Amino acid sequence: MELKGRKICKGIGEGEALVSKDAISFYGGIDPETGVVVEKGHLLEGKSIAGKVLVFPNGKGSTVGSYTMYQLKKNGKAPVAIVVKECDAILAVGAIISEIPLVDKVEGLLENLKDGMKVKIDADKAIVSF
Amino acid sequence: MKLTSEEKKMLEGKCGKATREAMEIIVALGEIYGAKKLIPVSSVQVAGVSYANLGEAGLDYLKAIADAGGKVRVLTTLNPAGMDVENWKTLGIKEDFAEKQKRVLDAFRRMDITVTCTCTPYLIGNLPRFGESIAWSESSAVCFANSVLGAKTNREGGPSALAAALTGKTAEYGLHLNENRQAQVVVEVKTKLDGTRDWGELGYAIGKKIGNKIPFITGVKKASIEELKSFSASIATYGGTALFHIKGITPNKTRKPSGEKIVITDVGMIEARMALNDDVPDGLVDFVAVGCPHASIKEIEEIARMVSGKKVKAEFWVTTARATKNTADTMGYTKTIEEAGGKFACDTCMVVAPLKGRFKVLATDSAKACYYARGKNEFKTKFGAMKECVQAAIEGKWIIE
Repeated sequence: MELKGRKICKGIGEGEALVSKDAISFYGGIDPETGVVVEKGHLLEGKSIAGKVLVFPNGKGSTVGSYTMYQLKKNGKAPVAIVVKECDAILAVGAIISEIPLVDKVEGLLENLKDGMKVKIDADKAIVSF
Repeated sequence: MKLTSEEKKMLEGKCGKATREAMEIIVALGEIYGAKKLIPVSSVQVAGVSYANLGEAGLDYLKAIADAGGKVRVLTTLNPAGMDVENWKTLGIKEDFAEKQKRVLDAFRRMDITVTCTCTPYLIGNLPRFGESIAWSESSAVCFANSVLGAKTNREGGPSALAAALTGKTAEYGLHLNENRQAQVVVEVKTKLDGTRDWGELGYAIGKKIGNKIPFITGVKKASIEELKSFSASIATYGGTALFHIKGITPNKTRKPSGEKIVITDVGMIEARMALNDDVPDGLVDFVAVGCPHASIKEIEEIARMVSGKKVKAEFWVTTARATKNTADTMGYTKTIEEAGGKFACDTCMVVAPLKGRFKVLATDSAKACYYARGKNEFKTKFGAMKECVQAAIEGKWIIE
């Protein structure tokens, strides 16, 4: 399947999908040392986002989240690509400074994509294929 | 979005890596928010300065920009850092934290940023004029600039404000457009307002009711800069609004909204005051901090007059911009306050300094400080007028109930 979205941050990333129906706060929600989701009660609590294609509806929380994304990248624990329903300034800025490909507004993705599926994000063309 | 040839050059990397990355941020934000073009900014205020908030990654990021030769193109000032840059030892800051904080400031300095660390840049020379587009972070300063000065800015985060500084541009969306600066709700004030405490309460009362809507406030006869500074901080903290209009006081033109109307009476003010005051055993207070947002020279003069010849029992901080303190030095206010046992904390404040665990009860004249003292530092709070706070510092006890 090939779906079209909107490019936010350029680049190409390929890997296993990790899908969350919950919003994500990078600051406070994810441990920058390990890439593990630490927010209490989060659908992904205890799972690692490192090396995954991370798919979730939208961001939330502090603007410091952009720096947490950068920290994850420095520690080799960042996702290889991110797809969100609706991108906000914190995620956009975080992805750009961390060089993580990011695409948003992909219709039908959260419904069709399942955890563990191989997925490729070509942010330059704004295409998600799996 | 349409880009000029100069903007395209920046985006293609012809003006260096730091400028390219900054332009990528500006363009991405423009696309997300549906901007048609970029516009020049004349002034920038960058938040995300305290090492306590930035961490190692933030420091690395800033160093990388400085190493790549990134230079700001417009007047750029900084938000408070995690410590007084000169006097950090007296204020109980640890050596390794101080070292990291200095590295953060060094990176900013290498970008040609004016490394004065204050949340009131408009009091010390970063003063945009009416109608100018600017890119500011720091919610209280954003609110003050939009509402009191009539400059135009969105609520920027640290990296997006820095990107605007490095390119001299921002995307034209949100509060840069006049149609988005119109009042949305009428707020009728039916209570007497006198002093920063009252305005802090008013900001709490309105903010809690209207969230981030733009209010059109009536029934206010006068307001000092200090009162508007206090109000900006409070309404931005408890509501999230970035712009307000006060009939007869603020300079922006707006349509008067029809429909929704809110009335603030004495009852609303008392409720706000009660919400900002915790129950404290015997009223004991171990930390008193005034100057959130940073104290003006007029406020420091008042404090000096009140503590002259007295001694404080509680730890007593006056937080202010270094430039303002230099004026206080000249006037002898600093000496008077320090002889009474008070301390100046320049370049920093009780919101961003690493204070967790050091005190139990904070007394302050700032509604905003109450929010962060409770959340981030887990202090209990006492909230009152400047006079009441100084009294609490002298007695070590909150005596007004």
